[in-house]
Formats: sequence, C-alpha cells, structure tokens
Amino acid sequence: MSAVTSVETRGLLAGYDYLDSAVDAIEGLKKAGLKEITAYVPYPEHHIEAALGYGQSPVRVFTLVGGLTGAATGLALTTWTSAYWPLVVGGKPIIGIPAYIVITFELAVLFGALATLIGLGINAHIPDFKPRVAYDPEFSAGRYGLFVEVPADRVDEAKRILEAQEPAELRVGEEEAHA
Amino acid sequence: MATATTERGALTHPDIEKLSDVNTDILKILSRPGKGWWALFLLAAAGVGVFFTSWIIQLVRGIGVSGLDEPVGWGVYITCFVFWVGIAHSGTLISAILFLFRAPWRQAVYRTAEAMTVFAVMTAGLFPLIHLGRMWHGYWLFPYPNSRFLWPNFKSPLIWDVFAVTTYFTVSATFFFLGTIPDIAAARDGATGIRKKFYQVISLGWRGTDRQWHHFGKAYIFLAALATPLVLSVHSVVSWDFAMAIVPGWHATIFAPYFVAGAIYSGVAMVITLIVPMRKVWGLEKYVTTKHIDALAKLCLLTSLIVLYSYLTEFFLAWYSGGVIERASFWNRLFGPYWWATWTMLTCNGLVPIMLWFKRVRPSIPALWVISIFVNIGMWFERYVIIVTSLHHEYEPFAWGMYRPSHVEVGILIGSFAWFGFWFLLFTRLLPPVAISELKEVLPPPMRKIRKQAEEAHA
Repeated sequence: MSAVTSVETRGLLAGYDYLDSAVDAIEGLKKAGLKEITAYVPYPEHHIEAALGYGQSPVRVFTLVGGLTGAATGLALTTWTSAYWPLVVGGKPIIGIPAYIVITFELAVLFGALATLIGLGINAHIPDFKPRVAYDPEFSAGRYGLFVEVPADRVDEAKRILEAQEPAELRVGEEEAHA
Repeated sequence: MATATTERGALTHPDIEKLSDVNTDILKILSRPGKGWWALFLLAAAGVGVFFTSWIIQLVRGIGVSGLDEPVGWGVYITCFVFWVGIAHSGTLISAILFLFRAPWRQAVYRTAEAMTVFAVMTAGLFPLIHLGRMWHGYWLFPYPNSRFLWPNFKSPLIWDVFAVTTYFTVSATFFFLGTIPDIAAARDGATGIRKKFYQVISLGWRGTDRQWHHFGKAYIFLAALATPLVLSVHSVVSWDFAMAIVPGWHATIFAPYFVAGAIYSGVAMVITLIVPMRKVWGLEKYVTTKHIDALAKLCLLTSLIVLYSYLTEFFLAWYSGGVIERASFWNRLFGPYWWATWTMLTCNGLVPIMLWFKRVRPSIPALWVISIFVNIGMWFERYVIIVTSLHHEYEPFAWGMYRPSHVEVGILIGSFAWFGFWFLLFTRLLPPVAISELKEVLPPPMRKIRKQAEEAHA
C-alpha cells in the first residue's frame, strides 16, 4: 500500500474475527480520543452501533414529511378535481371524503416510502461509487472491520490499541476521507 | 460455536458454524446454472412466447377472441389479476409484518417470498391491460392534466385499485431492492469479471459501514411500517372492486378481510411451492430447516381456517339473510353449471389443508409440497368462482348466460405462470436467493471471550 505522506493524517485498517474484539478496539480508540472511526459490519450489529454512539436517524423526518405530503396530495387531488368539474354520480355528494380516503392513504404510503428511500440515500451516502482502498471483501463475509484516521504522530499509539485486540489483519498508511 | 450460549436465536440455524459460511453457501448458488435450470428456463421462455403470442392475437383481432361477453364481462383475466395480486401478499407479510413482529423464522424464507411478491405484482399488473382490450388507452386510468381537464372518477373502486396496485408495486420493489443491497455487496466481494462489474453497479457502493447500517436499519423499519398497512389495504381495495357492486355473491362486507386472508393463504402456499425445490436442489437444509417449513405450514393452516370460515359465513348469510336472489346465487354456486369449480375450491382450500393439523404431516416436505399445489389450484378457482358464477347468474333470468374461456385466455393464463417463472428463475441466478446479512443477524456472533472459555473448559 502506498502511503500518502504529504497530509498530516493517516489511516489504519484492522479486521477482527470476533465481535467483542472489535467493540473493545472501538472503545480503546475512543478512550484515546481517536474518534474518526468507520466500522464495517457484515450485518446490522447493535453492539458496534452502541459502541460508536449513534443517536436518532434523521431518516424518520423524511418518512414523516413524505407521508404527510402524500396524504395532502391525495386529498387535494381528489377534492380539487371533483370541485373543478362537478358531476353528480349516483346521487352522491360531489366531494365524497370516504371514497377519497383510499387514494389519500395510498399516496401517503407511496410518498412516504419514496421519501424514506431519498432520506436513506442522503444520510447514508448511497449510491457512492468512489473507489475506496480502505475496504476488504472479508467485511461482507464474517469479519468486523475498523478504519481509523489518526494524526501522523499518533499512528503508533493507534496501532497499539488495535493490536491489543488481536486483529486478523492490520494495514497502516491508507488515506481516505471519513465515510 | 455450538457451545455458545448467546441468546440471539442460536437455535434457528444450529448447523451453520460461522458467519462466512453463509456467504460461501448462498453465493455458490449464483455460479454456473445446471442443466435442470436451463431446462426450466427454456420452458419458461417458451411459455412467455405463448403469453405474448396470445396477447398479440387479442390485440390484433380484438377482445372478441376471448370468451368475455354479456353477462360475464370479467373472466379469466380478472381471475388471474386477483390471483397474482394475492400471491404477492404473503411476501410482504413475511418481509414486513413478521419483521415488525420479530418472528425469528422469517429470515430463511423472506428473500424468496419478497422476490415472489415483486414478480407476482409484475404479472398481476399486466392483466388489467390485457383485460382492457385496447391497452393503448391504459393511461386513461391515471390522473393527468388532459386538454379538457377531465379526471378519473375517484369514487370508483377501479381507480382506487390503480392507485393501490401501483403503490404496492413501487413499495414492494423498493423494499425488495433495499433489503438486497447488502447481499449484492456480498456477491460483489465474492465475484470476478463481468459479474463483479454488474454487482458493483447495483450494490450502489454498499460497504456495510456503521453509518450505512444505522440509517439503513431505520429506513427498513419505516418501510416495513408503511408496507404493513399497505398490504392489508391492497387486497381490501381489490375486494371492493367486487363488493362495491350490487352483484349477488359480491356485495358483502366480509369481502375485505376474506380477500386479505385468502391472499396470504395463497401466497404462503406459493412460498412453500417455490422454497421446497430450491432447498432440495441447492442443499439449503441448513438454512431453511424443518422448523421454518413447519412455521410456514402453520401459517398456511391458520389462513386456511380463516378462508374456510369466510366460505361458511358467505353460505350461511346467503341462507340466513332471506334474500331470494342471494340464496339463489349461492345455491347456483354449489349445484349450478359451475359446481365443479366451487367444489374444487372447497376441496382444495377447505378440506385438503385439514391434513396440516397432523404433526406427522407438517414435517413431511413432500406432503407439504403437494398440499401447497392443491392450495394454489384451489385459490385460483376461488377467484374464478367468485367472479364467474356471480356474474353469470345475476338478477333477471333473461340475463343469465354462460362463460367459457377461449384458447387465447387459456394461453394467457398458462403464459402468466411462465412469465412469473421466467423472472423468478433469473432472480435465483442473479441475486442471492437467501438473505445473507439478515441471516447473520439471528446467528450467534463470534465472541473471543466465549471461545476462550470454551477452550479452557475443554483443556
């Protein structure tokens, strides 16, 4: 791996075979004040999320706004079109709210789902086709990966912390923006 | 890892030893297909040929080539539409509703069920167009600002259905694709050459970072929460296509729950029909254990009871209501010219699944598979009975009439199964057919401390 020397931060990539090793390594790094950590997990792992300390995901706001927009659109579309061209059908009121609830509901779900998708894309940076060096195919199989960005003068310290948990592999010198 | 005492459903897949085994075993399926797959695929492709040939014949010569006429204006096409939308439902049940309920057995079967959902809705969606006859007017179903600002009648259940099915397709396809992304990334990491390029693009650069998983988990829960009422609404809306009309045999308040239960019933049966051969051919016994199959069988049994109860309620109310026309309609179902369809429905959907009560039948996979085929047939006939027998025998005797599907309709019916099979077969070779990352969620995670303890105890 070619190390980028001109910048003052450097990256370390460690792969662990055990979940507790990865969690302990994260806590060790955090205790040392090295907080630029990216973890790679083959499946949603709550221990890792907890160790990194996540709050509420803003995706929920997207879902809510999308759903409300959809409901408003559905109700507006049905009532406005009925009022625009009033036509009595079967002796029923021009604007028949019970019938329009179906459309309102369906559009609420449709807009809510699409907004959730957009929210996910924005927050999780998907899609992202930039080529990355700090990744290992093992991370989608059974290995827990940690990528940590540290100032060049603290590389040895970070390396010690990562090695204390017996990584299956450790690479030093990779440079990458925090994902 | 067998000694691990971690809770996380260690018992759901006791034979999987380590996390990476899941990748090895599942991604293996994506390698070169065997002769059996090719044979099925060519058969499906031929069937798709029959499907489109029949449809083109109808487009060129007009809807008159079908058996549809007064008084039976809805026939095989609408039967197929309801059947395929119904098949779709269990996929969403397993992937969304059982996800919210945290059912520990869904992981093994959910990808198959969800793919089935998407392809079944894709199949169902063609039938309204086929049924339209002049399909090039199909866009009239959607509200769009035309030159005179004429809008569809939003009080019509048929327009509700357009919205329900379109939304259902969009949301279930989104949900399916989203859930597959981490597994596509796993496939990408194991693939080479052109396949790797393909997976690189469709995995959207997924790397399984903590940040990606964090938002992904939330998005997934919200999509499940949106899909849950959606799936219940879609078949309710489909049932209102019938129940809102005053046709005897259709105009019943029980229709929405009756249709939803029937939809899930037929879908679960289809999942069993599909998963049993997949499990056998690809040796997925470790992943889809007899426990999972048993859970599916129980779900099938439960929904069969709801469906049977609905049948009995319909017949009882036709008698108890005292409505002469309603009574005649249901008497005609049982003993009229379409008696064979009704009795096929009652036998396949009501009687055959009674065998699932027996503890010896449920773990027997061949028996279960045969029962699931019976249910598939029975559920197709259920829709045929509801649609055709009700329409052919309405109020006035002079308006009664018979319906017989034409060759074109039969060609499209058979072709629709081939169309569904075509996409499903492609899916099994291109996308991981078992959810890799979700399966790992229920496996006990590898723990150094536990392994050390085990080693010390061993020494």
